[in-house]
Amino acid sequence: MATNLDIYPLESKIKLVCADHGNAADMLLEILHAVQAFNRYIPESAYQIIADCLNLSRAEVYGVVTFYHDFRQKPPAKKIVKLCQSEACQSMGSVQLKADIEKGLNSDVAIETIYCLGNCALAPSALVDGQIYGRLDADQLSALIGGTA
Amino acid sequence: MNIVYVPRDTASVSVGADTVAAKFKAAGYKVIRNGSRGAAWLEPLVEIDTPDGRVGFSCVRPSDVDALINDAFGHDAPHLLDVGLIKNIDYFKKQTRHIFAKSGEIDPLSIDDYIAHGGFIGLKKCLKIGAQASVKQILDSGLRGRGGAAFPTGIKWQTTLDAAADQKYVVCNADEGDGGTFSDRLVMETDPMALIEGMIICGASIGATKGYIYLRSEYPLTKEILGEAIENAYQTGWLGKNVGGLGLHFDLELRIGAGAYICGEETSLLDSLEGKRGMVRAKPPLPAIQGLFGKPTIINNVITLASVPDVLANGAKAYAALGVGRSTGTLPFQLGGNIKRGGMVEVEFGHTLREIIEDFGGGTLSGRPIKAVQLGGPLGSYIHPDELDTVLDYEKFAEIGGAVGHGGIVIFDDTADMAALARFAFHFCEVESCGKCTPCRIGAVRGGEILDKIADGENVAENFALLDDLFDVMEVGSLCAMGGLTPKPVRSILKHFPAELGLKQGVET
Repeated sequence: MATNLDIYPLESKIKLVCADHGNAADMLLEILHAVQAFNRYIPESAYQIIADCLNLSRAEVYGVVTFYHDFRQKPPAKKIVKLCQSEACQSMGSVQLKADIEKGLNSDVAIETIYCLGNCALAPSALVDGQIYGRLDADQLSALIGGTA
Repeated sequence: MNIVYVPRDTASVSVGADTVAAKFKAAGYKVIRNGSRGAAWLEPLVEIDTPDGRVGFSCVRPSDVDALINDAFGHDAPHLLDVGLIKNIDYFKKQTRHIFAKSGEIDPLSIDDYIAHGGFIGLKKCLKIGAQASVKQILDSGLRGRGGAAFPTGIKWQTTLDAAADQKYVVCNADEGDGGTFSDRLVMETDPMALIEGMIICGASIGATKGYIYLRSEYPLTKEILGEAIENAYQTGWLGKNVGGLGLHFDLELRIGAGAYICGEETSLLDSLEGKRGMVRAKPPLPAIQGLFGKPTIINNVITLASVPDVLANGAKAYAALGVGRSTGTLPFQLGGNIKRGGMVEVEFGHTLREIIEDFGGGTLSGRPIKAVQLGGPLGSYIHPDELDTVLDYEKFAEIGGAVGHGGIVIFDDTADMAALARFAFHFCEVESCGKCTPCRIGAVRGGEILDKIADGENVAENFALLDDLFDVMEVGSLCAMGGLTPKPVRSILKHFPAELGLKQGVET
């Protein structure tokens, strides 16, 4: 990102992100990733702003936001733990691990399903705050969630 | 200053390699992050130089660092974690590494290392013999699409070379979404220049001046490493207007996906690169003629492209001499799941699946018997222990209703719930379907419902007949392999584990 966004209101931030990507329609996914990076989700107000910048329809922008699993339409929990539920992690108990860890979690933490982190030889794996962790058991996962790992 | 090699790839970092590296650095060592040798079971595999070559220390935790340093890495007496000379470790010795020859040896981000280990010889050969001759090399090598479809790469390249246009593109499909697969990730993290050189050679061969790598968002470390590699290549003149001073123009852009498995399908990927929903396109037109932004486009898998420099450097004949039948060359198989010695195993085609699982992998991690092996990802099949002696060859596995695919091998022990895995096949299709065609979009939902009814004992015979019918509709009527091959794993479970789905005997559906 070429510009320091922190001091700008949301609408301006979004326009700057679009401009930083040349207002190019084919950069829509990159733009949405950038917006989500500072806003944690794509607010409804963003659709028309982005559509105007990229010369797309509001429906087209909405269509892309809703198609891809990464883009959130609502503010997420403070901490998101993406626990892999693909076959290799399943073979090492990730389904039960998810069920166990979900018990007694407060609303600050969300356990989400992700399909494959490419760490299949060290299953079960999870993605937390941009880092991938392997060979996880319930204790280590709890520690990660509690931020004490 | 003492040098220590600490790996840096998703797997090694996932078990603490970064923390280990930081501790060595704090202790005054020069730490070289050497990618990884792909033996996940040994990670973090820390290495030092010795007069006889590199020596390794396996599964080093941050708490082991002080002891290693104090023991001078077992200078006086063998250290507990010492696994000896890397070159003597069977796991590596028994492999035939062409694509991964440099991985773990070099610093992935050092262009100097890349060149010192044979980098750009392939590119120079390509420019020497010219575009058509280079494409002929790829054709004669027998290289087939390593993403899983195994289409002859040379035919794709020839089609694009022959297509006249003002602009052509090379697109690398780095959306490695199949469960159990990680060879694309591994080469991008441990030898990114091999992929970049492969793409440049492709550009030079088909007449494309622009390339894109479409990388899945689930690979954050890969994004970092690949991004830096591309930056380095530009800075050292190996990308841009005059690649390597050889008068070639090739630009490369890294683009990131957003969590959609279907974007691993080539036409869906192209729509995603165009900033759209990842909808599958009908073929014709072929992307080779009308692809990205409507222009002639080569879209190839990471391993396919990373195999290219070797083919050009050492010649098609040498490549075609490896392997068996129409499955020439090598494939980096990926051992994962419930496996003792998991990781990447690059060998020629021609070994049996059992050899990979037992000789390299050592069987299950749990020590319990193998119940099933998923080969070829969610659109492959579940192989029964009785079939493990099948030779790893595209045609041989197709004959038994299986698929080599991208080479992902996931081991399940006898605690595996095959009915749950069958149910998962339809669930995954439902979640990941682009939604364009009815057989896939609706078929996935109905398939799941039918399995649920069978599990409840509801009209079992009629529901099995309906399921068989649904398989046919999805296989014949779907627009792409997502819907087309979702029945494959379910068929294999019906055939080999009928009792778990409520059938009295195996069903050949």
